[in-house]
Order: sequence, then structure tokens, then C-alpha cells
Amino acid sequence: MTFVRTEMVAAQPAPRGERGIVQWLRKNLFATPVDSVLTVIGLLFVAYTVPPLLRWAFIDAQWTGTDRTFCSTVAQGGIHPDGWSGACWAFVSAKFQQFMYGRYTFTQRWRVDYTAIMFVLLLVPLLIPRAPYKMLNAFLFFIVFPIVAYFLLVGGYFGLTYVPTQLWGGLLVTMVLSFVGIAVSLPLGILLALGRRSSLPVVKMLCVTFIEIVRGVPLVTVLFMASVMLPLFLPTGMTFDRLLRALVGVAMFASAYMAEVIRGGLQAIPKGQYEGADSLGLSYWQKMILIVLPQALKLVIPGIVNTFIGLFKDTSLVYIIGMFDLLGIVRQNFSDAAWASPQTPMSGLLFAGFVFWIFCFGMSRYSIFMERRLDTSHR
Amino acid sequence: MSPLMGGFQVFLPEQPAASTKSTKGSTSQKNRKGYVGMKKVILGLLGSAAMVASASVASAATLDDVKARGHLQCGVNTGLAGFAAPNDKGEWVGFDVDLCRAVAAAIFGDATKVNFTPTNATERFTALQSGEIDLLSRNTTWTLSRDTKLGFNFAGVNYYDGQGFMINAKSLPGVNSALQLSGASVCVQGGTTTELNLADYFRANNMEYNPVVFQALEEVNAAYESGRCDAYTTDQSGLYAIRLTLASPDDHVVLPEIISKEPLGPAVRQGDDQWFDIVKWTLNALIIAEELGITQANVDEMANSDNPEIKRVLGKEEGSTLATDLGLDNEWVVNIVKGVGNYGEVFERNIGSGSPLKIARGLNNLWTKGGILYAPPIR
Amino acid sequence: MASEDTAHGGAPARAAFLNDPKIRGLIYQVVVFAALVAVIYWIIGNTTENLRRSNISSGFAFLNARSGFDIAQTLIPYSSNSRYIDAFVVGLLNTLLVAVSGIVLASILGFIVGIGRLSRNWLIRKICTVYVEVFRNIPPLLVIFFWYFAVLQVLPPPRDSIELPFGSYLNARGFFLPRAIWGEGSWLILLGLVLGIAMSFLAARWARTRQAATGQQFPVALTSIGLIVGLPVLAYILGGFPVTLEFPQKSTFNLTGGWTIKPEFLSLFLALSFYTASFIAEIVRAGILGVSKGQTEASYAVGLRPGPTLRLVVIPQALRIIIPPLTSQYLNLTKNSSLAVAIGYPDLVAVGQTAMNQTGQAIEVVAIWMVIYLGLSLATSVFMNWFNARMALVER
Repeated sequence: MTFVRTEMVAAQPAPRGERGIVQWLRKNLFATPVDSVLTVIGLLFVAYTVPPLLRWAFIDAQWTGTDRTFCSTVAQGGIHPDGWSGACWAFVSAKFQQFMYGRYTFTQRWRVDYTAIMFVLLLVPLLIPRAPYKMLNAFLFFIVFPIVAYFLLVGGYFGLTYVPTQLWGGLLVTMVLSFVGIAVSLPLGILLALGRRSSLPVVKMLCVTFIEIVRGVPLVTVLFMASVMLPLFLPTGMTFDRLLRALVGVAMFASAYMAEVIRGGLQAIPKGQYEGADSLGLSYWQKMILIVLPQALKLVIPGIVNTFIGLFKDTSLVYIIGMFDLLGIVRQNFSDAAWASPQTPMSGLLFAGFVFWIFCFGMSRYSIFMERRLDTSHR
Repeated sequence: MSPLMGGFQVFLPEQPAASTKSTKGSTSQKNRKGYVGMKKVILGLLGSAAMVASASVASAATLDDVKARGHLQCGVNTGLAGFAAPNDKGEWVGFDVDLCRAVAAAIFGDATKVNFTPTNATERFTALQSGEIDLLSRNTTWTLSRDTKLGFNFAGVNYYDGQGFMINAKSLPGVNSALQLSGASVCVQGGTTTELNLADYFRANNMEYNPVVFQALEEVNAAYESGRCDAYTTDQSGLYAIRLTLASPDDHVVLPEIISKEPLGPAVRQGDDQWFDIVKWTLNALIIAEELGITQANVDEMANSDNPEIKRVLGKEEGSTLATDLGLDNEWVVNIVKGVGNYGEVFERNIGSGSPLKIARGLNNLWTKGGILYAPPIR
Repeated sequence: MASEDTAHGGAPARAAFLNDPKIRGLIYQVVVFAALVAVIYWIIGNTTENLRRSNISSGFAFLNARSGFDIAQTLIPYSSNSRYIDAFVVGLLNTLLVAVSGIVLASILGFIVGIGRLSRNWLIRKICTVYVEVFRNIPPLLVIFFWYFAVLQVLPPPRDSIELPFGSYLNARGFFLPRAIWGEGSWLILLGLVLGIAMSFLAARWARTRQAATGQQFPVALTSIGLIVGLPVLAYILGGFPVTLEFPQKSTFNLTGGWTIKPEFLSLFLALSFYTASFIAEIVRAGILGVSKGQTEASYAVGLRPGPTLRLVVIPQALRIIIPPLTSQYLNLTKNSSLAVAIGYPDLVAVGQTAMNQTGQAIEVVAIWMVIYLGLSLATSVFMNWFNARMALVER
């Protein structure tokens, strides 16, 4: 009399006390008296903030319009009843072009569009780990693209009209500053980090001094230095473009932070790796490029991306030295008489904040994704 | 290690030559040779750097630079209606802008050969000092310290202004004099003569006030508009211009008091007298053209006039070297007037009766008509 | 391998000389150093030439000249008759004020949100996550603008000030509080306060020794509050009520008298705190997660309740992970306070920029900024390193 069971017993449902929405609520919201109090406070907070916000941003918002009257109350000379308060998206849509391109020559804006399309087409496959031809892609993105983009955006060659950088603005400037900042700060940061760990005292001292000074002062002062002092440092008549000066400041600042992140990675590589490379008879640069850096950079990818995010956010500071990036141009448009209304500033800021948020949040999610992916390969 | 250290020390400037020699006593002849060679290289490097620095100083003739470049680079305000602001098409227009155009017309015979650099209160001085711009035409007050400490030359006065106050009459009924402003919050742009006059005025009249200081003009406007301050102070011309950009201009009144002299004029760098003369006489030519009744419309027929003074001014006098001595060609005044009109036309078009600002000529009228504009003669 | 043979032969070949890493290192360094000297020489040469040629004054003599401008918020006596150096001191103090108060609020908020993200409570956890993800991903300058416009927009003009208890008012010109005027005998109150703090410190020490010896607990917190509040109040009564309050009064333009917190300070303070708190929250969360679960379980096993477990076991260990990144956040907050210039709060950079425009001495002003910020960074690092070392000593 043997009995062999051939099929699995169906899993029993969880006990009654552990099921259902009520149980979920009890476990997650009302586990203890303190929890219940916290939940009530939280609910009150949400009820107090979210509905008015949604009301302001969507239900009561003004979506279309041609000037400030659409976004102000009767008492302020507009069309809405007194006491009205809603987002002025009409302002954002009327100024949208300006927020994107600044005062870039109107008939030439297709050049910015093409640059943007090229950027996305090259960036997306670079970000997808499984996409092929990584080396070629990286070469195109970091070497060919900047050159093409330079000629396309600035112009003056190949029959393209010259568009002075003073006309650039909005998201265009934000993206140019961030891209160049990232492209310059990564190699420069690697060099600085290697220099900081160098056995040559002069090189080491130089790198340490640069990194610590730049990290010790606010970006605003570095930008002021780039915009106000740099011209005095150069021979008379030799002048830098204003955008270029801001770029120098941003890139210098970002490299110092990048160097510290990369140094962390270099320190985490076991000494055996260095010694192993030495024993194989590799030269310093062979050792670094073939053995140490690939491991070190992989370790600090989250830190590098965090530096990128910081850099992207920091580009908004160029507003203080009189350039109009996305935030700056939104800010400048508040004083446009045609649109000045009590709702304009908040709507504009919310829009700018949303754009910045999308980019930064995207980058941080991507960094988490990469971290997970590389983590498994590391074990 | 010691010979190496000796070679190293030589490059420290404070190390006296004698002591270097003594530490070198034990080193081999061969090493010493190498060290001398290195020294030569360093000296050569330093020397060439110095030569680069001095070579560029030699070409300090701004006129040649401008001609070689093909356009004039002019620093203007970032956006002050009537004085310098981009219009809907992105072209710069305004009273200060037209002075730049007049100088371009005098040099090139073409009033459009000018590029504009918008500058804020901080940048305007370094932009001129560093040679980024050739001419600063940005409602800048002519003061002694700016002449001496900043290294500027003011080419004259193109607008006689004075500092005033603007208040919101709707929210402050009954205030009709600046002397009633004790205890008020006053919005002012930082780093201007305005800020200093404000402090002096309230101190002299034993009144208290809260300064609300912003560095950018847009910020000051926005703060005043949002009700952060009771009063806004700047040059009266500026107040009229800013009033126009407010959401409801009719609510705001400019108080009658003028608390300072603000002669606004174009500035150039010191050290280039020819360039200084060109800007100075362009301004004078604008005024003289108005005195003589030469306008944009009648300049061609005036050129055939028998009046010897008009003939001389318009370059029709036989064998005259007035223009060539200045470095310009004979038609320069004709070109200026054709390009922008005479002083009166420029005034009326941008800030006078032909503009929304509707500023009266007042002090800025010809000396023969009750004003104080008095240009030295062209002869 | 020919070169190796010659090397063994005794006479060093030229190639071997160049291949010696020491020599090569030296050559590299000499080249780098020479290039650096050349660049510095070039820059200095250009700068002096530029300054001389266009007749720009230089040097720090301007610091002793009369400044001529007023500053809205001054912690020390200052007027337009003061010197530039005084203006810089005022700016520095304003920077310190907003940095220190910002650090305090950011730490409190950050710790609450960080612990909230690990809460069992789903709602609290989600609210904290949304807060962190929103504020971490927008530029601080935008947060500052946001608060500035929110403050200016929501608050009424001075005529319709919101009246708050204790004679305080709130309007678009700021937050107006009554100001204490210290009369004769006020020193007694200060004495009471100092005495109270000293006594509660001693009481805490005594209670700790007693608990270690006997296991009996003593209500330290209550006693301390009693002492710190009670003694000054007692002194106040004994001194014959020496402190009077000056209340803000309505006048033509605004409220006068009392103590004012300007909207620029308020918005900068809130913005910096809210922005930095989102980073601190993440650091705190990582710190707490970094303490192994065994520690918590062990402390439950010895009978500690969740509160004391967090306070006595988890947080002391988490602090060791938290402090180094926390230090850099504090430094970031201090450096970000330089964004004050965008909303007109008179911090070091804003005052410096005004001075720069008035005197035209850009190089000197930028140098002053850099030296002061470097000093602040250094001081903060030194203090936090000391604190870190103290925390690390507890480890056994």
C-alpha cells in the first residue's frame, strides 16, 4: 500500500487575518496607536495640499490666451472673477519657443532641432546596454557629434548664417552647458584623480590644490571669476565668448567634483591589481587604461551620474552672471509687461521645475538601473 | 637625490643664484650641463610668454581692430524700454542703441554694422576694460571715480538725467513727495550710483528706509511689481521706461523730486585717444546736425547747401582734412544722419513724443531752446 | 636585450638613464612645474599690463574707504558711513546666519524624513519618498525662487497684515515679532539660564552613574527642562520683571519697531533647508539601513522597546556612517547660500558684488570671496572631523 502523490497540493490561501484590503490597511496604516495618529496627520496633510494643487494646476488653470488679461482677475484688469487663482499655462505655451531656443534667430531654429534629434539618436543606443557597436557609437557621440553640433549651432560656414551665442538661450543653453561640462569634466576629472594619487609630489600637490580650492568655494564665485576676471587674465584684444567663459567655469567646477568621485573608485581597487599590472611589465598608462580605470569607473558609476545631475542643476546658476538658461529665461519673462500677472511666476517656475525634474529624475533612475546591472556582473 | 633637488630649486624665484651654486658643488659636470640647458628652455618659455603679452599691447588702435573685424561691438543694457531693448524681431532698438549705430555709420557708412552685447551692472565695466566691447553705451553715469579708478573716458553726455522715485499711487494714496517716504522699503539696483545717492538722500534728510537691493534690473522690476517695496528709485528716464513695462502703468506715479545729477554718456577705454575722439565727435555731430536742421529726410539736399557751416559739417568743403584727421572719411556726418537721424530725431523716436515713453526734452534740448545741449563746433 | 647586457657591463647606457622611473618622474615634474610657472607668469603679466594700461586701480586699500551704500539686514551696527570692510563683515555674518539656521532646520527635517522613509506606515513612507524625489531633482536656485514668490504671493500687503498671537504680524514685508528690551537686572536671567544648563548637565551625569551602578532610572529630560526654564523665570521674578517687550506698530508704510525677519531671509532659509533636507534624508536612510539587522534583533532580544532600540543602538552606529556625507551636505548648504544674490538677501556674495560694481575691483573682491569660503569650508571640515573622531571613539 504505497501512495505516491504525483501532483502538487494547491497552495492554501493566506489565513483570513492576513488578507484583504482591511488587513492591508491595518498592517500598513494602523498597526499601532502611534501609527494611526501618523496616518491621520498624513491624510490631513495630503487632503490639505493635493486637491488645491490639482485644482490650481488643472481645473482652474488658464490653458489658452494671448496676454495677461487671460490670467488675471477683474480687479487686476483681466477676465476672471475676483478670487480666481489658477495656473497660467497660456503664458508657458506663448513663450514656449523662447524657453526652448532663447532668442536664436527665428528662421534658423531648425538647426537646433536637428542637433537635438542627432543628440537623441546617438544617446539612446549608447544608454541601452544591449545595443551593438558601443565603441563606434561612443566615438560618434563624444567626438563627431560635438564638432558637427558646433558648426550647426554657431554657423558661419557651409552657407549657414552665423548665430552669435548672445542670442542663444533657454533649454538650448542648459543642454550645451551640461553636455560640454560632462564631456570635459569626465576626462579632466580622471586626470586630476590620477594626479592626486600620483607619486610625483609636484603633480600631486598641484592636483590637490586645484581640487580642494574649487570644491571649497561656491560655483557662483567660480562663475564670477570666469566671467569677470578671465578677460583681465588674457592679453588685450583677446576675448572669450561669454558662453565659453561660463563653460570654462562650469567644466572646472565639475572636474574637481568628478575627480573626487573617481578617486574613491581608484582607492577601492585592491593593491594586488596595481601590483599585478606592474609585474606584467605594463607602463603606467597601460596599467591605468587597461587594468585599473575600467574597474574603478565601473564601481563609481552612481557617483559619476550624481555628479552629472549636480552639474545639470548647477547650470541654472549662469543666470547670476547674466546668461539666460532655461530658468533664467523663464525668470526674465516674468517682467514682460504683456504677461505680468500674479499667476505668471508660479506657472513659469513650475514649468521650469518640471523640465529640470524630468531630466534629473531620468538620470537618477538610469543610474539605479545601471548600478543593479553592474552589481550582478560584479559578484 | 641632492643634484635633482638642486635643479629643482632653481625655478623658485626667491632662491638667490649664489646659494644654488654652492649646493651644486658636488654634482657632475654632465648633470650641470643638462641643468643649464633646462634653464635656457625655461627662460625661453617665460620670454616667449612675455612677448605674447607685449605684442598684443602694441595693437591698441581700436579703430583698426573694428575695421578689421567689420563691425562695431557695443555694450548696451540688458533690456530697458526706449534705451536699449530687443524688439519683436530680436533687433536692438533704443536711444543708447542708436548712438552705437551712429558710431558704426561714421566708421563704415553703414549703421547696421554693429553687434550688441547686453551687459548688466556688474559686467559692463569689465566688458569694456577687457576689450570685449569697443564702446559702452548703457545709461552709465559719468563720475570722477569711474574716470579715474575704472580707467574709462566718457565721450560726453547724451542724456542729462536725475534720480527720482516712483510709487504705486493706488496703494499709497496721499504720498506726493519723496520727503514723505520715511520708513519706506525702496527697491534699487545694486552697484549703481543710484544706490549711493539713495543712501545720501535719506541720511541728509534724516529719514529711515529699508533698501531692497537686487543686482539685475529684471529682479528689481519684478520685486517692485510684486509689492515687495513701496518705492522704486533710479534715473527718472529709467523710471518712465520701467513704468511702461508694469502691468498697470497708470497706477504708478513718478514723484517730482530729483535727488541727484546723472549725466549719462558713452564710455570708452583709456589709452586710445583717436577712438575716444571718434565717439566724442559722433555724439557732437548728432547734436550739431539738429542745430543746423539737418535731418534724415533732408540730408541729401542739405549737402548741396551754400551755407559754409553746413558744407563743412557735411564734408563738402574743398580740401578739408577734418574727417581724415579723425580717421574717418568725408561723408561721416552724412552717414550718421542717414543712418539714425539727428539727436532730436533719435530722441523723439525712441523716448520722446514718438514713443510710448513720451519723455519731454527738458534739459536735453538744444542750448538755443532752453536745454543744455551744447556741442563744440566742427571746424 | 642588448641594452640589458650593457647595463650589466657597468657603464649605464643613455636609454637606461631615461628609463629610470625616478629620473623620468623628475623630468615630468620639472616640465609640469615650468609650464605652471610660465602660465602664472603669463597671467600676472597680462593682468598687470591690462590694469596699468587702462588705468584701473588695484590693491585692498579700498576696504578702508567709506562704502556709501546701505544694507537691508545687519547683525552689527552698519550705515552708509561705514567702511567697505564693515560691509564685508555684515555680509559674512548674514551668510553665517542663514547657513547655521539652515543647517539646523535641514538636519531636523532630514532626520524626520529619512526615518519616515523607513516607517512601517505606508502613507508616511510614500509622502517622504515623494518629498525626497521632488526636491533632490530640481535646482536649488529654482527652489529659492519658488519660496520667494510663494512668500511674496501668499502673504498680504502691509495694510492687511495677518495678526498672530503675542503681538506678531505677518505680511509681504516680513515676519514681525515683539522685541525684548533688556532692562536693569537682566543679567540675573542670563545667570539663571547658565546655572540651569550647568545643573541639568550635572544631573544627567549623576543619573547616568546611578543607572550604571543600580539600574534605577531618573527622569533626566523633565528635570533638565524644569531647570533650564524654571531658573530664568525665577530670576525674572526676583529681578523685578526687568524685560519689557517692544511691539511692532503700524505706520504709513509698514510696521515699525519690534523685530523683523525679512522675506528674503525667510525664503532663502526655507529653500536651503528644504533642498538640503532631501539629501540628508537619503543619507540618514542609508545610514540606518547600514546598521545590520542583527543589532536591532539583538536589542529586542535583551528586551529593549523599539524607541530605545532606535535611540541607543541603531542611531549611534548609524551616525558613524552618516557623519562624513552629512559634513559635505552642510558645506554644500553653506556654499549654496551664495545663491542669495538672486533674491537680494545681502550675503557675502551680494555685498561683494555691490562693492565690485562700486569700486570696479573685481580681482580683489573675488579673492576675498574665495578666501572666506575656503576658510568656512576648512573650519566646518575640522569641526566635523573632530566630531567624527569623537563618535568613532565610542566603538569598542
